[in-house]
Amino acid sequence: MKLFKRHNNVLPGFGPTMGYTLLYLSLLVLIPLSALIFKTAGLSWHDFVAVVTAPRVLASYKVTFGAALAAAGINALFGVLVAWVLVRYPFPGKRLVDALVDLPFALPTAVAGITLATVYSANGWVGRYLEPHGIKVAFTPLGIIVAMTFIGLPFVVRTVQPVIEELDSEIEEAAACLGANRLQTFRRVLFPLLLPSVLTGFALAFARAVGEYGSIIFIAGNMPMVSEITPLVIITKLEQYDYQGATAVATVMLVASFVILLIINLLQKWSRRYAD
Amino acid sequence: MSIEVENIHKQFGSFTALNDVTLSIPSGELVALLGPSGSGKTTLLRIIAGLERADSGRILFNGEDTTEHHVRERKVGFVFQHYALFKHMTVFDNVAFGLNVRPRGTRPSKSEINAKVMDLLRLVQLEGLAQRYPAQLSGGQRQRIALARALAVEPQVLLLDEPFGALDAQVRAELRRWLRKLHDEIHVTSVFVTHDQEEALEVADRIVVMNKGRIEQAGTPDLVYDHPANPFVLNFLGNVNLFHGRLNQPGADQHGADENAVSYVRSHDIEIERSPQDSTALKAEIRHIQKLGPSVRVTLAIDATGEFIEAELTRDVFKNLGLQQSEQVYVRPRQVRVFVEDYQI
Amino acid sequence: MSAPTTTYAAKANDNHRITEPALVRWGLTVVALVFLAMFLVLPLAAVFSQAFEKGLDVYLTALKEPDTLSSIKLTLITAAVAVPLNLVFGVMAAWAIAKFTFPGKNLLITLIDLPFSVSPVISGLIFVLLFGRQGWLGPWLDAHDTKIVFAVPGIILATIFVTFPFIARELIPLMEAQGRDEEEAALVLGASGLQTFFRVTLPNIKWGIIYGVILCNARAMGEFGAVSVVSGHIRGSTNTVPLHVEILYNEYNYTAAFAVASLLAFLALITLVVKTVAEWKVRQQLGR
Repeated sequence: MKLFKRHNNVLPGFGPTMGYTLLYLSLLVLIPLSALIFKTAGLSWHDFVAVVTAPRVLASYKVTFGAALAAAGINALFGVLVAWVLVRYPFPGKRLVDALVDLPFALPTAVAGITLATVYSANGWVGRYLEPHGIKVAFTPLGIIVAMTFIGLPFVVRTVQPVIEELDSEIEEAAACLGANRLQTFRRVLFPLLLPSVLTGFALAFARAVGEYGSIIFIAGNMPMVSEITPLVIITKLEQYDYQGATAVATVMLVASFVILLIINLLQKWSRRYAD
Repeated sequence: MSIEVENIHKQFGSFTALNDVTLSIPSGELVALLGPSGSGKTTLLRIIAGLERADSGRILFNGEDTTEHHVRERKVGFVFQHYALFKHMTVFDNVAFGLNVRPRGTRPSKSEINAKVMDLLRLVQLEGLAQRYPAQLSGGQRQRIALARALAVEPQVLLLDEPFGALDAQVRAELRRWLRKLHDEIHVTSVFVTHDQEEALEVADRIVVMNKGRIEQAGTPDLVYDHPANPFVLNFLGNVNLFHGRLNQPGADQHGADENAVSYVRSHDIEIERSPQDSTALKAEIRHIQKLGPSVRVTLAIDATGEFIEAELTRDVFKNLGLQQSEQVYVRPRQVRVFVEDYQI
Repeated sequence: MSAPTTTYAAKANDNHRITEPALVRWGLTVVALVFLAMFLVLPLAAVFSQAFEKGLDVYLTALKEPDTLSSIKLTLITAAVAVPLNLVFGVMAAWAIAKFTFPGKNLLITLIDLPFSVSPVISGLIFVLLFGRQGWLGPWLDAHDTKIVFAVPGIILATIFVTFPFIARELIPLMEAQGRDEEEAALVLGASGLQTFFRVTLPNIKWGIIYGVILCNARAMGEFGAVSVVSGHIRGSTNTVPLHVEILYNEYNYTAAFAVASLLAFLALITLVVKTVAEWKVRQQLGR
């Protein structure tokens, strides 16, 4: 641990706490995750490609990533709106609404799944008004988007909200003094300042939606090729004792998650580029 | 463009920010709004700009009532205390912003905008920094870019909120002289807010001294310094000593009746003598001596009343007198101003 | 008479701030609230409405069912093991990361955050690969007649994995913001390392810990995907509350499913309340 020792820091306990951190992290996260990599490595490249590009698996990527993209897009749009309204406009019950935004973080996904399926089913509270217009939500790919929107909702709001709070009111006043109207001020001055946080929130919501399982399976209908998400494909393979197949598909998902994680980190770096 | 401020009143909750303020600013002048924090000077500036709405009263530009005009329509240039530069835009884009957001019909062409921005950058002596971002500039440079941006829209009025407040002492002094020079070149009616008396005295054509939402006095720097209307103005423009009762001084600036009169003398208007030249000198004891670079501050206790006063001497005078702590000396106030008691500071 | 006048003045002032026209503000607020109602309020209300649809008796009967009670017991045990373990880890990691500088710090933080970006299904799968019959340790476990996956230990392990970062990621920025000054002062005054931690650091991070623990607990009790993979779905033995909700729902026993779900929804509401209070306290402490 000599290598890590910071000079002129008198606080004690770096060795034991760092040691424990690395041990616990290795035992519970790194070694189990590496099991996935090793299991996949046991598969020949040819077999691996065959498994992860099987038509049913490809269809599941399309459903999963497509729906996640749509849900993250909806969340980006409405997340900015909700954050803006929460910060800027007074209305009764604002604090309650503000606290409620975190509900998807707190509500177990299985509960979210069964209640969304009920509300958006043909005779549910919302579904009954959509059904006559030919819009079926529950048990269709649209239902997947609804569930993914639900679980991703807090991400954009919570990343954009503090940025709006910290916007300097002088910036908007300066734009107004220079003759810009509200729309110009938003488009040219405020939006560029919010954009990094919007993209970060979008990426976080997307990442969460791609991996989500619990809330979706109740509302998706789970029809192979149509409304089957990739995590469900993994579970199906597991239930058929196809461990290698499950592992191969899981590896593809894991790599996708890491790419998104990398993008999020780059976005956060990018968002600090104008800072003093 | 002249500015008329008529009976402006502004209340924030139970706090009266401006109390029936009336002020006239002639065209082409550089005016300082001077006062302590909470005196209402920034609020007045923001009301003139249209960033804040007065509860009652009117603002006239060249005789035209602008009270109902939106800030966008007032054609004012406003330089914010912390500059409020758009940090995601280059210096060039910051300065060009006001031109770029004009409606298509009145918007200058790209090359016109380009020429205009470069002219302004030359004016503020920063033509080499057009492609930099605000974060890459020093405080003084940001300040000048903020000014160039405000001037780009050819404002009828230039308003500056504590323009030098966030800068360090040396840059501040430099920019002060530069602003004065710039104003002499472009002659746009300008109002700036400051709490620094020295800044106001050095830069402004006219000083408006404000306190507790009211204007205490308005006039040229010489007028407010030499003939302060009341103890507040006197005290705010320099250290001042007060003597209870009327000092018998020839040529004293007399205000009000005899009873409860208080005499005010600036600390550099107090002379110290080893022996009394005449009967107006007061016997005092030196309590404390503090050397402050070029000057020396001597704290004395007046024998007759026990009141403490401060005298500011040049180093030479101090040396010649050879003053020591606890010595008995005589003080002679010059330039005494007398105000009655209810005009308290 | 003066009080109402000042309120009106303040209101008039609010309206003149550089902002959008009132109509736009109203419109945007309504759209935002309708969106939140559709996606948050209605689903939440539906849980309770469905749970009590057939009356309080049916509701209580559903909760008193032995399988339900055993699932509640398992969920409580799981949280009681996972949360304290992650709490100890979170505090240790935050101390090492926030109070010291060392190379690779950002990498370590990223690794700690890793479980958040792994799909819950994969989080379960990796433990099956390790401890399952075909897994690395499967034969050895078989030989010693021990079961980890499709048994309680697997459920606990998967839960620890998915809730791993919660407390650490809350404490690291908080402790970084607080700096080292107070700890250094305590040491200069003669306190030992542990005294410094318990008397100076701990009071300062108290609300941060509460915040992290409540979120960690909510996820531990509510986790579905990962636990579903490792549980084996043995009724009355390896079913947690969320898994039991699924079984009841798939058996078309909707009222019972929603009755059990209402317990979890209630837990979520308590979580939100505690979270809001803790957030407010942390902000206050940092003087924001």
